[in-house]
Amino acid sequence: MASQEGNGSGIVMRAAGAAGGAARTPAVAVGPSKRTEVPIKKAGSGIEEKLHTWPFLVRSEFMMSIVIIIVLTIWSLMLNAPLEQPSNPTRTPNPSKAPWYFLGLQEMLVFFDPWYAGVVLPSFIIVGLMLIPYLDINPKGNGYFTLRERWFEIMSFFLGFHILWVSFIIIGTFFRGPGWNWFWPGQVWDPHLVEALTNVDLPYMMGIRDYTTAAIFGLVMIGGYFVVGYVVLYFWIRSRPAGDRWSAFPGGGPEILQKWGPVRFGITGFLLIAMAGVFIKMALRHALNIKYILVTPWINI
Amino acid sequence: MAKLDWNEIKRQITDSQAWQSMFRHGYEDTPRNRILMVSGNVWLHLHPSKVQKHTVRLRFTWCMGGITFLLFLVTVITGIYLMFYYRPTAEYAYADMKYLEFDMPFGMLMRNMHRWAAHGMVIAVWLHMFRVFMTGSYKPPREFNWVVGVILLVLTLLLSFTGYLLPWDQLSIWAVTVGSNMARATPLLGHGGPFHEVLGVNPVYDARAFIFGGAEIGPHTLLRFYILHCIFFPLLASLFMAVHFWRIRRDGMSGPL
Repeated sequence: MASQEGNGSGIVMRAAGAAGGAARTPAVAVGPSKRTEVPIKKAGSGIEEKLHTWPFLVRSEFMMSIVIIIVLTIWSLMLNAPLEQPSNPTRTPNPSKAPWYFLGLQEMLVFFDPWYAGVVLPSFIIVGLMLIPYLDINPKGNGYFTLRERWFEIMSFFLGFHILWVSFIIIGTFFRGPGWNWFWPGQVWDPHLVEALTNVDLPYMMGIRDYTTAAIFGLVMIGGYFVVGYVVLYFWIRSRPAGDRWSAFPGGGPEILQKWGPVRFGITGFLLIAMAGVFIKMALRHALNIKYILVTPWINI
Repeated sequence: MAKLDWNEIKRQITDSQAWQSMFRHGYEDTPRNRILMVSGNVWLHLHPSKVQKHTVRLRFTWCMGGITFLLFLVTVITGIYLMFYYRPTAEYAYADMKYLEFDMPFGMLMRNMHRWAAHGMVIAVWLHMFRVFMTGSYKPPREFNWVVGVILLVLTLLLSFTGYLLPWDQLSIWAVTVGSNMARATPLLGHGGPFHEVLGVNPVYDARAFIFGGAEIGPHTLLRFYILHCIFFPLLASLFMAVHFWRIRRDGMSGPL
């Protein structure tokens, strides 16, 4: 066995070859010498130390890739991808579930019509997500974890992502059975289970029997909800004291509103109030069996 | 037999024009070589040659963006294997799933890895988004890269959704039916949606028919989803990934100032 190590006498300084002047170092000392961190300071400042990407970042990525590939391979050896009966368009399974990552939207169908739950709401989600960086003007919390300096933003995200999106996927996957009825884990999925739907529209509940009046009533309710929502949001932010958790705005509420501007306030308010509306509709459905708030010949909400 | 001089052989190889045309620097662990390893390598130069110390830490990045990309690569490689054996026609698609399982060497393993990597990618992309939100990394100057990220999130879901149909079993066609029926309810553009009469859309000519390639889910849908799944969305996702990575490269990782 010829050793490649400790062969200092083999050093031959070679002139740069075809590599355009890159001086090549001989491949000695490739043994398992421990790499040491050589921090590089950015010139003339106290800025954070930098590391060489090779080996420090590439090494982490490589190790993580190996771990993931091993886990994925073992998982794939243990668990087969599902394959059911051949497709049959004349035989609808009950329940028919969308792919699991869309089950949150399917769950929304309990509370809203398909045009809202399946089209408008997802559009709000996508557009709203894209707008986040332009609506959030808090300069704090850029590049580090903090709850204290950004709790309003984090709470909004938490409500939208963890509560509405993730937990509804869990509900849709594990708690919904035939007829989209609620079944606890372990409970037998009885396809003949009948749950009485006693939902009524809010205008009907209020004693309105006339279509035009009902539509006007519904519009007033929804419009009023948004007006109230905007007013509450406005005065709540305005009343933030100076030195509140938004420490980037020492002037408190008025300074936040002034820097936020009417367009950002309007869009953020709309998205937040629409998101809160999902919770309110859920509560109305579960507590009061309310089906629609706005009833028109064209759309129902 | 004369003793072979390994070092002389090695020197002759590494001194040859062919070797030097491929590898432009040695292995010695010097700061210069560390930088050349990254900047002289088309794959590694997705990274800057130096990074801030905190960005290497797992507790900052959760590694989720990288895992998403890795799982994407896994689906590409396993997907190519599956494409050799899978025919996107209603007569053969389901039978080919059975052939994959029982006849093809490693067929089931490849299909399993493809599916679980795809599911893992959806989860990883959500966790990546969650982490980027929690560290406020979308804040200036990285606003637009967040937007690109949201587009990639949507593309990930579309990739997964179009692939869901391809096994052509009961699970796939009914899941895709439920998912695509939403398009029927699109205001103005879906025949079941509000104001559908304004544009005169009908079941064979509306938003859902555009997705299905017809009034109902059928062989035309299978081919359509296959092409979207194997060519269109991967291509689109790759383009946006290039932008996404390039932006990180230019702006650097976010960090406390």
